[in-house]
Amino acid sequence: MNQKNDLKRIIATDCGSTTTKAILIEKRGDEYRLVVRGEAPTTVEAPFEDVTRGVLNAIREVEELTNTEILEGEKILNPSNEKKGVDIYVSTSSAGGGLQMMVAGVVKQMTAESAARAALGAGAIVMDVIATNDKRKDHERIELIRRLRPDMILLSGGVDGGTITHVVHLANLIAAAEPKPRFGSGYDLPIIYAGNRDARKEVKEILSEKSALSIVDNLRPVLERENLRPSRDKIHELFMEHVMAHAPGYKKLMKWTDVPIMPTPGAVGLLIEKVARKENIEVLGVDIGGATTDIFSVFQGVFNRTVSANLGMSYSISNVLAETGIQNIMRWVPFEIDERDLRNRIRNKMIRPTTIPQSLKELMIEQAIAREALRLALIQHKRMAVGLKGVQQERTISDAFAQTATGASLVNMMTLNLVIGSGGILSHAPRRVQAALMMMDAFEIQGITKLAVDSIFMMPHLGVLSTVHEKSATEVFDKDCLIRLGTSIVPVGQGREGEPAISVRIEGNEYNLKYGDIKLIPIEQGKKVKAEIVPSKRFDVGKGRGKMIETELEGGVVGTIIDARGRPLVLPEDPKKRREHLDKWFSELNLYPSN
Amino acid sequence: MAHAYTPGLKVSEKTIVRKERRLPLKGKVLVNVGDILEANTIVAKTELPGNVQTLNLAGKLGVLPGEIKDYMLKKEGDPVEKDEVIAESKGMFGLFKSQIKSPIKGSIETISGITGQIILREPPIPVQIDAYIDGKVVEVFENEGVAVEAVATFVQGIFGIGGETKGIIKRIVDKPSDPVTPDVIDESLKDRICIGGSIVTKEALNKAVKVGMKALVVGGIDDYDLKNFLGYEIGVAITGQERKGITLIITEGFGKMSMSQKAFSLLSSVEGKKASVNGATQIRAGVMRPEVIIPIKGESAENLEVKAPKGLEAGDLIRIIREPYFGLIGKVIELPPELQVIETGAKVRVLTVQTEDGKQITLPRANVELIEE
Repeated sequence: MNQKNDLKRIIATDCGSTTTKAILIEKRGDEYRLVVRGEAPTTVEAPFEDVTRGVLNAIREVEELTNTEILEGEKILNPSNEKKGVDIYVSTSSAGGGLQMMVAGVVKQMTAESAARAALGAGAIVMDVIATNDKRKDHERIELIRRLRPDMILLSGGVDGGTITHVVHLANLIAAAEPKPRFGSGYDLPIIYAGNRDARKEVKEILSEKSALSIVDNLRPVLERENLRPSRDKIHELFMEHVMAHAPGYKKLMKWTDVPIMPTPGAVGLLIEKVARKENIEVLGVDIGGATTDIFSVFQGVFNRTVSANLGMSYSISNVLAETGIQNIMRWVPFEIDERDLRNRIRNKMIRPTTIPQSLKELMIEQAIAREALRLALIQHKRMAVGLKGVQQERTISDAFAQTATGASLVNMMTLNLVIGSGGILSHAPRRVQAALMMMDAFEIQGITKLAVDSIFMMPHLGVLSTVHEKSATEVFDKDCLIRLGTSIVPVGQGREGEPAISVRIEGNEYNLKYGDIKLIPIEQGKKVKAEIVPSKRFDVGKGRGKMIETELEGGVVGTIIDARGRPLVLPEDPKKRREHLDKWFSELNLYPSN
Repeated sequence: MAHAYTPGLKVSEKTIVRKERRLPLKGKVLVNVGDILEANTIVAKTELPGNVQTLNLAGKLGVLPGEIKDYMLKKEGDPVEKDEVIAESKGMFGLFKSQIKSPIKGSIETISGITGQIILREPPIPVQIDAYIDGKVVEVFENEGVAVEAVATFVQGIFGIGGETKGIIKRIVDKPSDPVTPDVIDESLKDRICIGGSIVTKEALNKAVKVGMKALVVGGIDDYDLKNFLGYEIGVAITGQERKGITLIITEGFGKMSMSQKAFSLLSSVEGKKASVNGATQIRAGVMRPEVIIPIKGESAENLEVKAPKGLEAGDLIRIIREPYFGLIGKVIELPPELQVIETGAKVRVLTVQTEDGKQITLPRANVELIEE
């Protein structure tokens, strides 16, 4: 790699579970700009079974599109000169199929929950939580550990100076299970101990010979405080060393990159956190991929990330069906479809995950499924995003008990300022308004919220790039990555059909919407207009029922969408009536070509 | 775009199949490089640690955790019989002793002075793995397993359920478009690996299990029927562990779909021969597709040339794998490099194919797969 300040040409890839995406960034004059993007199917499948094939194919597409030589055979040319080569290669990856973890803690609602939050925050799938009060018998716990074969176990328990007995008991159970990693017998299962520091000696005696044991600071050193960062960092480190290294071709890819490869969700989260800090706003980011859906949020200055491991648009598409049920998917489909036919289409997407919708009906079905995947992912996020304050969490004991019982979440859709959508179904939606409505429907956005999408899915690339060269990452993000769709105005409340719901005055024009209406007002990108928003007495746009708001609306490629369909958004039960409603809304927004 | 690549399923009359057979834990390999094996030959064995049980000794004796070692009659590692006394309280003047008996046969794993519990382990569980296919041992992984190789007819499916099994191939329909219905299934199909056509109904599948059919290879299945057969929805496509009494391999997809003529003809041509099949499917990392392997006796791997995988090119035979043309076979006519707008309004990379009835269709390149040898 050249000196960091002297980067002229940058190549970055993201190896997703379905597609490998490469972007080329060049310094032109004083600023960095995106030049082109290439993509190719991810090649973890037979016959290649080597992730680097897809990387090379994606980079070759960049070469063809720009007429720039980047590869010499299978080697990335580094450093660059005027016509060829690059100065740095960075990459993210989620092609390993996700990190599957088990976590254990003494009390389910306390240390075990903190451990689960640490694992989720690090990007893991939590397969199960073991706790001394989980009502299972010991042999059942042991059987569970054996059967699930996690990639890694996080053991917590006890505040510093607290119980040793219970922690030692958990360690004994894990040791007795002799757990083996998912990827065969070639290495010891990584176990992280992040519990009572006074039990370290005993835990080490019990587990060090039977596993690859790492010890980090207690993730709950006192009841009132979480300290998740050391556990998260260790999970991340072990994930790269043990798990990702088993994805086909990954060892080779690790040698090619100039900085460590970052898991895709980690890189996206980093970027979203930076946006929130820079603009001092509340942000919700979503990245819906083939296998997983990640949600990132910054509310009240607190960053949270959750990974819905089995909600996605290809590999995990059937799990969306399994979790939400066929009726919830069908409610978003604006035409009549046989349930059996829909089920088969969903399964066929699962088994051939790289295919794309060719007909309009297929597109509508995929976007219906996406709404459900996004909706479920947000529910999971709300459940976990409960009061983490960055690295440390100050909370009273009663709060800690209350959080699961009440589900008190930091996520507040009314105070939310910006939603950023990312991932194929949102970033590649043929019409940008489709992405806007998918997010509005799935998240039930409220009040006044700006909407954006990652233009061509490059947030992961820019996230990892920002760790080594912030200037290029920030410039490309501002100018080429984020596409501002516009603003949504959504009064919260329920009314009677035909009853006035909201009145919006923009640049001398007045728009009066009745309950059940939706309207698109084009306001071009870069333009800011003053607006006077008056909800009727049953509705609230942020300041209380019937309270007027004067604000500035930001334009975008879509414009401003006033959504008076009510919150919560209730679709008619009767299928015919429901389809009529969908048809009306979709036509109003000019959502699809036939509308 | 010389490098366009779309993975396809293998349907090959003669290819080299190599199978790695590894133990879940280290153990003993029982065969040597060069050995010619039958599919049922045991190639390696090991013992899995037995199940464990915990016993709260401190609680049962009414003593402090740190004291339990004083009451134990056995040490860590000692073997114990079921109901054998393993700990005993001292009692008063030698009377009122309480005796703690072992609930299982096995050994004492740990005695913890911190928790006051003891962990007992049952005897080890023996595990052995077989060769899975008739073939030759080409590599031995010390203490772990072997690689077995054979020249074989090889057909990959797209999705399956159920694990490894072996049996004799039997075709049960006349054409690849024929459905598998209960009336084509009878007792004579016990232990057979049956080749069907376009779809299997739930009733037929249940009858197949009843008569003891080992495996069924068929073009499609209705997802609704599969859900009812399994008793649950499949979430993520990781299968192979189902215990439903049959291995099912779908070659084309969900819904009614004629088995590809090539796969049907090939499988029909090996009727009466012995096959090894596996329904295990994994579509995420470490991709695994279900398979039918029919080793060809007397063929040597040395003389067989295996084609290297290649990208999609004009003239290649492809199958369309997405609606609205799902299942059609065609020949690639053109691979234009420019993106084109399709019905959804999306701009995508496309290709033009000529279908078997002479019609030319332009469609997204992502929606075809190469028909591989």
